[in-house]
Amino acid sequence: MAHDGVTATAESQAAEGWGSFVNDWSADKQTFQVPWGKAMMWIFLLSDTFIFSCFLTSYMNVRMSTPVAWPNPSEVFALTLFGVSMPLILIAIMTFVLITSSGTMAMAVNFGYRGDRAKAASLMLITAAFGAVFVGMQAFEWTKLIEEGVRPWANPMGAEQFGASFFMITGFHGLHVSAGVAYLVIVALKVLRGDYERGGGNYEIVEIAGLYWHFVDLVWVFIFAFFYLW
Amino acid sequence: MAQGEGQQHPLSIYFWIWGLLFLLSAFSYGTDFLPDGYIRWGLILLFMFLKAGFIVAIFMHMAWERIALIYAIIGPPAVLLVLIGLMAVEGDYTELTRLDFFTEPPAPVGLEH
Repeated sequence: MAHDGVTATAESQAAEGWGSFVNDWSADKQTFQVPWGKAMMWIFLLSDTFIFSCFLTSYMNVRMSTPVAWPNPSEVFALTLFGVSMPLILIAIMTFVLITSSGTMAMAVNFGYRGDRAKAASLMLITAAFGAVFVGMQAFEWTKLIEEGVRPWANPMGAEQFGASFFMITGFHGLHVSAGVAYLVIVALKVLRGDYERGGGNYEIVEIAGLYWHFVDLVWVFIFAFFYLW
Repeated sequence: MAQGEGQQHPLSIYFWIWGLLFLLSAFSYGTDFLPDGYIRWGLILLFMFLKAGFIVAIFMHMAWERIALIYAIIGPPAVLLVLIGLMAVEGDYTELTRLDFFTEPPAPVGLEH
């Protein structure tokens, strides 16, 4: 029995392209040829894609439907640095912080698979630190807007829906970043402690945590384009 | 693919993509200084999709997965295009309705004074 299963898997894995697609879905066996944790993380991220898409679509809907002028994000999020007013500068810096953290996370995954625990764990902690910096800057941005009188129901710059969309979308994203920081720190400490050596040195978990982290960066790409640049 | 083998690729590819993402982010920020119009929006969407594509394909290793997984993840979000289309139509309609009912109606022709 077990032997048959192995042969069937070997045969279906030999197929390429659409042949492999049909084989993977039609046989009475496991569909996704990846560890279950990774498949589940992908499916979770798929559901998260729908949540963020609903937020962004509803934002599009309220922005299109209001006859009142929308506040210009380029001016709302401008900061004066060294006596020069720079549009969107804080958001640009936040974007670069998140991209940098994605890079360090990709490195961590690589070192994890090489079995270099110290490097993988420290790169994950660096990633988490960049994430914390991002959340800190977001807290600064929220404080600034709240002081300027922006509320979910009203704001002095224009359409009321601006506040609701802003707090909802960036708040939910910030929550994801905060959860990611906690997740990364926990996994990094477990890697450092050698918890995964017991399972034969399997560092798939670093890649799974990485998938979540890259997804958070991915969502920010869309928020940056649609909320801040529109 | 045995469990535990995982995704191993040379470090150089990550450094290249990392640099590219930095460059694309800088371009993306640069679009804020362009005059509004189709060119600006074309560039915003171009840089957005390039960045998203590189993150998913390289950093999330989608380019090296089997297509059973790729299509299970990339396929379903395609239906969101229907939602976006419907909500755009609805948003337009709501705005026209609001302009119609919530703004001062023009004086009827011939009845001035």
